[in-house]
Amino acid sequence: MSFFENRTASAPTGLAKLLHFHWPLVLVICAIATLGWLMLYSIAGGDFSRWAEPQMNRYFIGLAAMFWIGLMPIWFWNLTAWPAYAIGMLLLVYVEFFGAVGMGAQRWIDLGFMMLQPSELMKVALIMALASYYAKLDDRLISHPFWVILPVVVIIAPTVLVLMQPNLGTAVMTLAVGGAMMFAAGVSLWYFGAVVGVVVGAVVGIFATRGTPWQLLHDYQYRRIDTFLDPAADPLGAGYNIIQAQIALGSGGWSGKGFMQGTQSRLNFLPEKHTDFIFTTLGEEFGYLGAMSLLVLYTLVLVFLLWAAVRNRDRFSQLLIIGVAVNFFLYIAVNLSMVMGMAPVVGVPLPLLSYGGSATLVVMIAFGLVHSAIVHRPR
Amino acid sequence: MARKPKSPNELSEGVTRRALLLSVGMGAMVAALGARMHRLGVAQSDEYRLLAEENRINIRLVPPARGQLFDRAGVLIAGNEQNYRVVITKEDASKAEGGVQMVLDRLCQIIPMTDEDVADALKALERNSPFVPIPVAERLSWQDFSEVAINGPALPGVTPEVGLSRHYPLVGDFAHVVGYVGPVSEKDLEGVENPDPLLLIPRFQIGKIGVERWMESDLRGSAGTRQIEVNAVGRVMRELSREEGIAGADITLTLDARVQNFVQARLGDESAACVIMDVQTGDLVAAASAPSFDPNLFVRGIASADYKVLIEDDHRPLANKVVQGAYPPGSTFKMVTALAALAEGVIDTETRVSCPGYYESGGRRFHCWRAGGHGSVDLERSLMESCDVYYYDIAQRVGIDKVAEMGRKLGLGIRHDLPMSAIAEGNMPDKAWKARVHNAEWRIGDTINAAIGQGYVLTSPLQLAVMTSRIATGKHVEPRLIKAISGVEMPIAPAPELGVPAEKLAAVQRGMFAVMNGATGTARGSRVADETMIMCGKTGTAQVRNISAAERETGVVRNEDLPWNRRDHALFVGYAPAENPRYAVAVVVEHGGGGSAAAAPIARDALLAALTGGIPPLSAYPAEQRPAIEARFNELSLRFTKLGNQAPTRI
Repeated sequence: MSFFENRTASAPTGLAKLLHFHWPLVLVICAIATLGWLMLYSIAGGDFSRWAEPQMNRYFIGLAAMFWIGLMPIWFWNLTAWPAYAIGMLLLVYVEFFGAVGMGAQRWIDLGFMMLQPSELMKVALIMALASYYAKLDDRLISHPFWVILPVVVIIAPTVLVLMQPNLGTAVMTLAVGGAMMFAAGVSLWYFGAVVGVVVGAVVGIFATRGTPWQLLHDYQYRRIDTFLDPAADPLGAGYNIIQAQIALGSGGWSGKGFMQGTQSRLNFLPEKHTDFIFTTLGEEFGYLGAMSLLVLYTLVLVFLLWAAVRNRDRFSQLLIIGVAVNFFLYIAVNLSMVMGMAPVVGVPLPLLSYGGSATLVVMIAFGLVHSAIVHRPR
Repeated sequence: MARKPKSPNELSEGVTRRALLLSVGMGAMVAALGARMHRLGVAQSDEYRLLAEENRINIRLVPPARGQLFDRAGVLIAGNEQNYRVVITKEDASKAEGGVQMVLDRLCQIIPMTDEDVADALKALERNSPFVPIPVAERLSWQDFSEVAINGPALPGVTPEVGLSRHYPLVGDFAHVVGYVGPVSEKDLEGVENPDPLLLIPRFQIGKIGVERWMESDLRGSAGTRQIEVNAVGRVMRELSREEGIAGADITLTLDARVQNFVQARLGDESAACVIMDVQTGDLVAAASAPSFDPNLFVRGIASADYKVLIEDDHRPLANKVVQGAYPPGSTFKMVTALAALAEGVIDTETRVSCPGYYESGGRRFHCWRAGGHGSVDLERSLMESCDVYYYDIAQRVGIDKVAEMGRKLGLGIRHDLPMSAIAEGNMPDKAWKARVHNAEWRIGDTINAAIGQGYVLTSPLQLAVMTSRIATGKHVEPRLIKAISGVEMPIAPAPELGVPAEKLAAVQRGMFAVMNGATGTARGSRVADETMIMCGKTGTAQVRNISAAERETGVVRNEDLPWNRRDHALFVGYAPAENPRYAVAVVVEHGGGGSAAAAPIARDALLAALTGGIPPLSAYPAEQRPAIEARFNELSLRFTKLGNQAPTRI
């Protein structure tokens, strides 16, 4: 859906395409990003250059990328889907052996000006590849076992690599995005029922094998689950992050302590306060109202995306946009439920708000693809 | 039966249906997140707000300045000096590239640190919470200290700070009496219900032994508090309020630094102890134990090599022999036996005993130290010439229980309560004691041994000084070490009478006078020439081995021919001036040989030093000894080279 749809009937060309961009979406994205800079400025104690400025620079690079990608025809992105997937896999394999180690996990490639997380890039490539796959696939074969196993392999391969880094959060997200796309493409619900059954079995298995030599997860992952189940048990150790985050959020009250007045984040009680836990500062300084405003902005983004998917008649575009929407949603859902003590602490940033190059850039690239789909939709 | 492929529109509608299902799921999740936010931010907000407040404000202790120790004239014995030190906080240091190890490595390049220091620091960092600052290097020079400060940016987590640290300016002179402080150990905290929060400060110094330990409650003072705003890792952001602590009380000791220093130097490298006591007040004027050690080493945390040297030295430099040592008093005990016999009326001053050089009892022969014997001996001569047989005889007559009773009355076998560590009770045996401890009957031989201060009798130099004071004054004098606390003089209760008739004491005193001034006195060589400082005393030579009958046949091996640790202990007790006693002295030289040769000269020098308040004037010595005495004094390395008219030095 374009804002100027009624005034431009025929397919646009050249810079006229800019008129067909989803400007309300762009506006909301910019609003969220601006909120992020404010928070980063506040967390740095009024130091603009520490986090806010680099984050702004990255955002504008991302914005430029979004526009450039959006201006490219959608068929081009359909063509590049599988090459992108292949490159993503290569990068994942590369970091497995040569990646920089951060926070106990191999996740990064040092590009000089920023640290790239190939696992983030891989999710977008996976979305493109699956959309492309289902756009070509004869609809009668969608639920055929062979044609179901193929995309499952395509999803599992990067998931396993990400899990080996080890990055549990991104691995789960990769799996969920892939599953959601298969769901959207129309794969029989029986398959999903079977998967749910297997997952329940696996959960039981994970806990049953705990403590045995063949336990399925790392000890720290078990501890994270424990911490999630009862954060108070270890208030200065593993449960510390969750408790401090909730104190910050809760102490903000209805309208918050005011901009730059958050004691929790100012005094460093919050871990990762400028990255994964940035929402806590928002909740502390702008209170319930501030936090809900952000939630509304995010919901708007999701509504815009899903509506654009529904309105588009090109199958590749539809699935691509749904994939991006699900990915965006998962960021928010995992991050917020983690920060608010509803899920284990896994390293997932809050899109457009958290300080960090990879996530920002990848999200903007994804929005670029969405725009390409919107601008070049069949009319 | 192949289906027809769906049209693009049909396909699109399929996606739409699935997308709607997905959006229902997403909507539910968003609603759940909103509900959770509502619970945190609105419903339970007050609770969390309270928690947030608690996070911010922290109370930190401010260690008080430890009370200082002074001698009776106000000379500083134990003080506090500024201590330039470096502390490291793990939470900050570990953020650096390379972590704590790298920071310590860099620190090593700036300030002198041994591998041991680094290992200790790492251990302490491991043990404590990451936000507790751990001292890694103390007593830095200003140069090193400022270099650490300048290199701050390269040393995350490292903070140079100025604290107070104990310092003993007189080094070894008071090491045994005053003791030393050291960091609180886990042992110190054991069994303490609610330890003073100060004790939980890393490396907080408390008294470990001696006065430092036993007066700890006065010296420590109480902690001040600082209300500070801290961040989650405990780093101080700013100070909200500050309440100064109360500094520990300054304590004035009865000791005289000049006399102490002289005596300590005079003892030299001997394994010896010398204590001087004011016979009227009980004030200890000097209490020296040799060899000594530098207590400052312990404050700094002594290197294990240095500690090993101290521990393995057979002269036991760490022991406070004044109170800790329990020695057979030998002939210095003869006054006790004599007084017991006199008090019981078994003998009088005229009673004579014939000494053929031995005493026979129950078929056994007990020897006098002079093989040829002393002939007919009365009380005065028995003391002057230290005849053993006289005492074998009178002890038999009066009985051990009466001797022991007199011994206890004079302060032997009793633990004198002083703020010093490991005070020995000694031993004053009687029949009941032997029955209790050895489950055996008291035998005649035991009495004979006890009569001359051998066998089961054990005394510390302090007890001997108390005994001598009581003999000299006839009063029940108690020793004391603390003169004043915070400038408030400790009251001295007038000593009660001893309960021994004055004329009987006088008889013994005459004997002690004769020991030093009589023509055949055993300590005549150590007499005082100055009329105003005439000295009385008694020598003692305590055997530490049995002399077998076979050895007596062939001739007793001379002390000088024995290995050091089998030689006799040399003892001497005395007081001066003879007419109006002022100070009593007790000297023990371990394995020093004869009391008259090894102990008496030291006792004389010490007493004269106490009487004159510093280095004794040569005029006090017999003219023929003066050149040798002068030469000896010139060899002593003394801290206070002038006499008592010099203003007290504060170092």
